[in-house]
Amino acid sequence: MLPPKILEVLGISSSDELFDEIPEAARVKGLDLPCGLAESELIAEIDAILSKNKTMDDMPTFLGGGVYRHFIPALVNEVLSRSEFYTAYTPYQPEASQGMLQALFEYQSFMSELTGMDAVNSSMYDWSTALGEAALMCSRIRRGSTFLIARSVSPERKAVLKTYLRGIEAKVQEVNCDRGSGRLDINDLRSKLGEDVFGVYLENPNYFGVLEEEVDEISSSIGETPFVVGADPLSLAIVRPPSDYGADIVIGEGHHLGTGPNFGGPLLGVFGCRKEHIRKMPGRIIGSTVDAAGRMAFCMTLQTREQHIRRDKATSNICTNEALMAVAANAYLATLGRDKLITIANLNVEKAGNLSQRISKIAGFESPIFKASHFNEFVIRCPKPVDAVGRALIGHGVHGGIQLKEDFPEFGEAMLLAVSELHTEEDLKALVRGLEAIR
Amino acid sequence: MTYRQASYDEPLLFEIDSVETCTGDPLSSTKIPDKLKRKSLDIPNLPEREVMKHFVRLSQMNFSVDSGFYPLGSCTMKYNPKINEQIARDRRATCLHPMQDESTVQGSLQIMYELEEMLCVIGGVDAVTLQPAAGAHGEFTGLQIVRAFHEDRGEHRKEVIVPDTAHGTNPASAAMVGFDVIELPSKNGRIDCDALRSIVGDNTAALMLTNPNTLGMFEEDVLEVAKIVHDAGALLYYDGANFNAILGRTNPGKMDFDIVHFNLHKTFSTPHGGGGPGAGPVGVRKELEPYLPVPRIMKEDGRYRLSYDHPKSIGKVRAYYGNFGVLLRAYAYIKSNGGDGLCEVSTRAVANSNYLRNRLESVLELPFGGKRMHEFVLSGDKLKGKGIRTMDMAKRMLDYGVHAPTIYFPLIVGEAIMIEPTETESVQTLDGFVSVIESIINEPAETVRTAPHNTSVRRIDEVRAARDLIFNYKSLVEQRQREEGRKDLAGR
Repeated sequence: MLPPKILEVLGISSSDELFDEIPEAARVKGLDLPCGLAESELIAEIDAILSKNKTMDDMPTFLGGGVYRHFIPALVNEVLSRSEFYTAYTPYQPEASQGMLQALFEYQSFMSELTGMDAVNSSMYDWSTALGEAALMCSRIRRGSTFLIARSVSPERKAVLKTYLRGIEAKVQEVNCDRGSGRLDINDLRSKLGEDVFGVYLENPNYFGVLEEEVDEISSSIGETPFVVGADPLSLAIVRPPSDYGADIVIGEGHHLGTGPNFGGPLLGVFGCRKEHIRKMPGRIIGSTVDAAGRMAFCMTLQTREQHIRRDKATSNICTNEALMAVAANAYLATLGRDKLITIANLNVEKAGNLSQRISKIAGFESPIFKASHFNEFVIRCPKPVDAVGRALIGHGVHGGIQLKEDFPEFGEAMLLAVSELHTEEDLKALVRGLEAIR
Repeated sequence: MTYRQASYDEPLLFEIDSVETCTGDPLSSTKIPDKLKRKSLDIPNLPEREVMKHFVRLSQMNFSVDSGFYPLGSCTMKYNPKINEQIARDRRATCLHPMQDESTVQGSLQIMYELEEMLCVIGGVDAVTLQPAAGAHGEFTGLQIVRAFHEDRGEHRKEVIVPDTAHGTNPASAAMVGFDVIELPSKNGRIDCDALRSIVGDNTAALMLTNPNTLGMFEEDVLEVAKIVHDAGALLYYDGANFNAILGRTNPGKMDFDIVHFNLHKTFSTPHGGGGPGAGPVGVRKELEPYLPVPRIMKEDGRYRLSYDHPKSIGKVRAYYGNFGVLLRAYAYIKSNGGDGLCEVSTRAVANSNYLRNRLESVLELPFGGKRMHEFVLSGDKLKGKGIRTMDMAKRMLDYGVHAPTIYFPLIVGEAIMIEPTETESVQTLDGFVSVIESIINEPAETVRTAPHNTSVRRIDEVRAARDLIFNYKSLVEQRQREEGRKDLAGR
């Protein structure tokens, strides 16, 4: 029912008159959906559905590959619950949106410190689309038809990259990783570099959790070709920033800085670059300036790169991004601070190393299969088909890691295990017991 | 006027005093090999009390839907029901890894499967993917499908037509997928079928259209447009940004569109998060289903599973399955409204828009006659004589505790002011907005030109931001040092 005042001002008697420009042939009479639910009914119905899920809290889970379960300080949830942040739109009117703008500027500052990049944008959808956009950005920096990526890149990200490169009809070529160390095979890289290569992408730590120790050699081999590095920002608390070894663009996933795994979305695509490439960068970027009274203030800047101004000449089509996730990351980093962040990163390395060693003692298992330094993940090889191992573990109330067999058949019955500071001694024991039972 | 936005000289986090937290540097005890070990990390250690105060103050310096009227045209800033937030924050929704065994995520898969079904009904389409993370990402996905469809038939159509009133994302998405963009000039604010006939042809891959268009006008010739496009062998794409206007009255399928994206963060009330996350599911008619991204969600014998075996699929457009947190909120919204409730949404949205338009068209100019749907575009041209530009007017609105409408868009209207009140605003709020505009018009031009006066900060120097390129605290400090240095030199 419309309020009488509206009907009166519009001079109509029925709401149908509002829609009479819709041609008869295109009209529908209502929606064939069930009746609306009262709040209490809605809660009960969704509760019943969600109770069919088993969370990472319910069973020790060792899945990673870019999405992780880390500790979330209570403060972060409190900040994310401020509806002044979450019910705002993109800050098109900066004078009324200083809170969001300053929070995003702080996020950019934290990420610049971690990655070493001069400019970090205020977010992309996720790591995979950040990779797609990074490759497109490389094609704006340098001509060529081939984008080189390490074989040790997540299959999810490879698949998305392929879709993003379709528009410029470029091809993706893989550089092998060394079978013993899991690190990039530098000789293979050198043999594949050439005039037609417009960018090189390497992850550090790579998809197998292996730290690429030879980054300086890799960087000097790559030379002037745009170099994109993907990294877990948490690892950058203790690992050299990619700027140190020549990265032009740094990307990564940041959802685990303050939010849960979210069943894979929303995530937080981190994207930063060196100063000289800033005008070729995709995404929203917040700059500092002053107001008419000379006070510190913030606004979106370099908008002339963006779709609402440049239309088909824009550096990207991105409009809505993951701003609230960036606020979460900001609150997370601010709450933990330097020392706790480093401590957590260290704890991840230690726990992963500890678990890896314990598994190596189980008969039939090889762990880790790569003789290298790892961050929070490592690959094991199982004596039985890995899918059967995964199922057996679930039977023991434990969820194993990502099964690599389909995407990396060369490693056999391999499983990628991720550990975080949240895994308890009991969790690790449960996994070890589950694996011991497999014979 | 009594409105005042909170205004603190809130320091950056990095300017708050850092405290000692432990003896010895944890960086020195790390087990990272020397070649890769980080040497320094410049991040403060802050007391939690200071951090919380900081963020509360920042939040108070941020206008939002929950703070007041937000008539940002084309953005559908409706109220976001709180029950959806409560539901979406459930651990059983947030604490799932996307690679978990299907047997452990049946609840989430069920929600996604049912949401797809409901969007099929709402959109009049046969199949939906929930993966795109935003409206523009939906366009990207839809246009990949366009490309795959034509290539599958051995055709390499290179052109995508977009009207001159289209959202900027339309041409940007088309270019990203490798298409050439052809702009279609509008006539009296609508599609000109003759102009369309003259540019459509063998090389046309698709026409992208939003209906109602960005002027808030319904494209009455939509069925004729569809025929022209289809006769040329091209596809018709529906930009769902303005779906709030048509819920339950018509749908893209019924209007003969082939592909549609939905903006769940507009029509289906999921909050915008200050810029995101959103979700831009894409729906298609049967013929295009094989091209949808993988994985698809299937239901067999009451069990849900993810299916990757779709050889004609465009592949993946993002990692995993979509912004589940956003999908769940939209699911809850549709469930609580039901079919009838959603019809009331569009009815009230269009009524509110027409009410405001009726009350404002004598105050400012309304280019192009005729009816309007969920939004309308006024021109501020006649205020130019008083020395007031639309930008000034928009800034002055902020002083009254109202968010400014979208301005300078669409591009075909001079000094454009694009107003979308949405269905959730009361007549009292709409009347208040009319009073605000009437007051501003009668104010001294100087007051308006120097606005805003009551926000956290005064008018911002955006030109300086684009010149200085200061994107982080470190650069800001360097800039301050340079300025200090200059002052010292000048003082000598």
